Amino acid sequence: MSLPIALTMNAPAPNSFRTLPDERGHFGQFGGRYVAETLMPLILELETAYRAAKADPKFTEEFEDLLEHYVGRPSPLYFAPRLTEELRSLSLPGKGAQVWFKRDELNHTGAHKINNCIGQILLAMRMGKTRIIAETGAGQHGVATATVCARFGLPCVIFMGATDVARQAPNVFRMKLLGAEVVPVTSGAATLKDAMNEALRDWVANVHDTFYIIGTAAGPHPYPELVRDFQSVIGREARAQLLSRTGRLPDLLVAAIGGGSNAIGLFHPFLDDPSVKMLGVEAAGHGLDKEHAASLAGGRPGILHGNKTYLLQDDDGQITEAHSISAGLDYPGIGPEHSWLKEIGRVDYTSVTDTEALEGFQLLCRTEGIIPALEPSHAIAAVAKVAPTMDKDQIIIANLCGRGDKDIFTVAEALGVEM
Amino acid sequence: MTRLSSAFAKGHPALVTFITAGDPTPGATPAILDALVAGGADVIELGMPFTDPMADGPAIQEANIRSLGAGTKTADIFQIAADFRARHPEVPLVLMGYANPMTTRGPDWFAAECQKAGVDGVICVDIPPEEDPELGPALRAVGVSLIRLATPTSDAARLPAILEGSSGFLYYVSVAGITGKQQAALGSIEEAVKRIKSTAQIPVAVGFGVRTPEQAAAIAKHADGVVVGSALVDLVAQHGANAAGPVEALTRALADAVHSAR
Repeated sequence: MSLPIALTMNAPAPNSFRTLPDERGHFGQFGGRYVAETLMPLILELETAYRAAKADPKFTEEFEDLLEHYVGRPSPLYFAPRLTEELRSLSLPGKGAQVWFKRDELNHTGAHKINNCIGQILLAMRMGKTRIIAETGAGQHGVATATVCARFGLPCVIFMGATDVARQAPNVFRMKLLGAEVVPVTSGAATLKDAMNEALRDWVANVHDTFYIIGTAAGPHPYPELVRDFQSVIGREARAQLLSRTGRLPDLLVAAIGGGSNAIGLFHPFLDDPSVKMLGVEAAGHGLDKEHAASLAGGRPGILHGNKTYLLQDDDGQITEAHSISAGLDYPGIGPEHSWLKEIGRVDYTSVTDTEALEGFQLLCRTEGIIPALEPSHAIAAVAKVAPTMDKDQIIIANLCGRGDKDIFTVAEALGVEM
Repeated sequence: MTRLSSAFAKGHPALVTFITAGDPTPGATPAILDALVAGGADVIELGMPFTDPMADGPAIQEANIRSLGAGTKTADIFQIAADFRARHPEVPLVLMGYANPMTTRGPDWFAAECQKAGVDGVICVDIPPEEDPELGPALRAVGVSLIRLATPTSDAARLPAILEGSSGFLYYVSVAGITGKQQAALGSIEEAVKRIKSTAQIPVAVGFGVRTPEQAAAIAKHADGVVVGSALVDLVAQHGANAAGPVEALTRALADAVHSAR
């Protein structure tokens, strides 16, 4: 990476989109610290500890060393020739953008989640915490958390909705192999939001020794900021890799969004590049007029799990159940920075149904020999729609944030295949 | 004198009781509220059900599920409150719940509805002093008390911020944890109440994990009030629409214990 680029990366320009959150943890009207008083002192302590860690070159050095030698970063930036050609065959002459993938599914543990877990467990140890808890939906964040806990020898409790325990059995076994205790949560619809409620209940009772590793760029400040910062390695690498390979910036970034950590990690380092457009892809489930998990498309601002953000809710502010074929997107909220980026119009957001995501899943398997997770399959489906509308010389980078081994049972069932 | 300050100026510690509105149905709540008053409760906390009660243990979580399952709406809760006010002009009524149902139509709407229904105070679990603009100014503007929570983790440095802008009473959560679980050691409660009362100009009520008249009496020796919730909610779970009798009996035992504690 050349020096001028490094300077741009570190010093947000005037009118930058990269200066938030403010000192109260707000992104415009979103974000904040809506937690019970018991947690408030700890949240403030976490913020202080994070500021100190950020300023400590030793922390950055250890984080980067682990990302390189334990996680396996940098992840490749891969040009997908057969997918590009397939989409061009459906395009008008001169149309059909080049499709590139940021291969975060090649990370240790098979998803982008580990980037954030490394950062947070280093922070936990700096704060002298001796017990780790986390929530998980698809199980990827749970596996990543269990992994770093094994790596650093800390006890680990993972809260997982009972519905997700049933549909993500391989990841449950992985977490147990890694030494974690997996607690099935039966309240509500027994999915990600209920797991998060239960993790918060555990945390509030164990604040003295416990660190909560939140898996997405949501929750009370400073979580959305620190998760984003730890995940921004995705976008920083992609930017440098594409520049070095092609000498130019991408025209469009595409990423799937549940809470939005892989998307914000890819987008954030590009926010001040005006030529780079961005597209976040929510899960439209059975359709936006039916059950879905698209909080931006079908929700409105509200307060849940420590932050103000777009939520699926009824007129009384009761949270409604989300649905997606992808357990990792099955959440009725979204990280607050995405809510802000939507409101100011810097990032476009769309949504993709279960059926379209399954088509995206198969498309990538067939054209590139890569089995994607159902989460990035939503991004692939969006790429398949948008690439044919773009010029041939334009470049899309989509975030391949997880591999699909965990999802083959769900996909087989959806396709009516007996295994 | 407000209804709340009168409740803490009776010459004995106050019993503060909690039930969830609409549990098991909106129609059953008025009789249960009347039972609390008849049993001798000095302050009534009426829980607003929420789909995601992150600070509550299993008893109150299930009460929320029963209430929402029965179709309880925010409008029903204000109707229950207004009817209560008409039947009991002197008994303070406090709404307790979570930020989203309270702020979803805007803080001014919520504050105005509280005022219209004769609600004396509001406890919002997940709006700490740092996010006060979300609800505090609207409540203060219409003279409804914002009742804040202090916890074992609220140190001396935070206490002034918690007290700033709060009124009615301070709710001391005696355990770092969720509702209805273990009780804190009495010694630690006594010490905390003493510490808080040296700063607070308003009464201090202690809750979380208080289930029996004996526990309540022990706490009432030191605090201005004692809050009992999950034990009453358990009776509603057990007796459903016929809970008024057992609720009144437990309330009377608790009230006798608290009122005669010192």
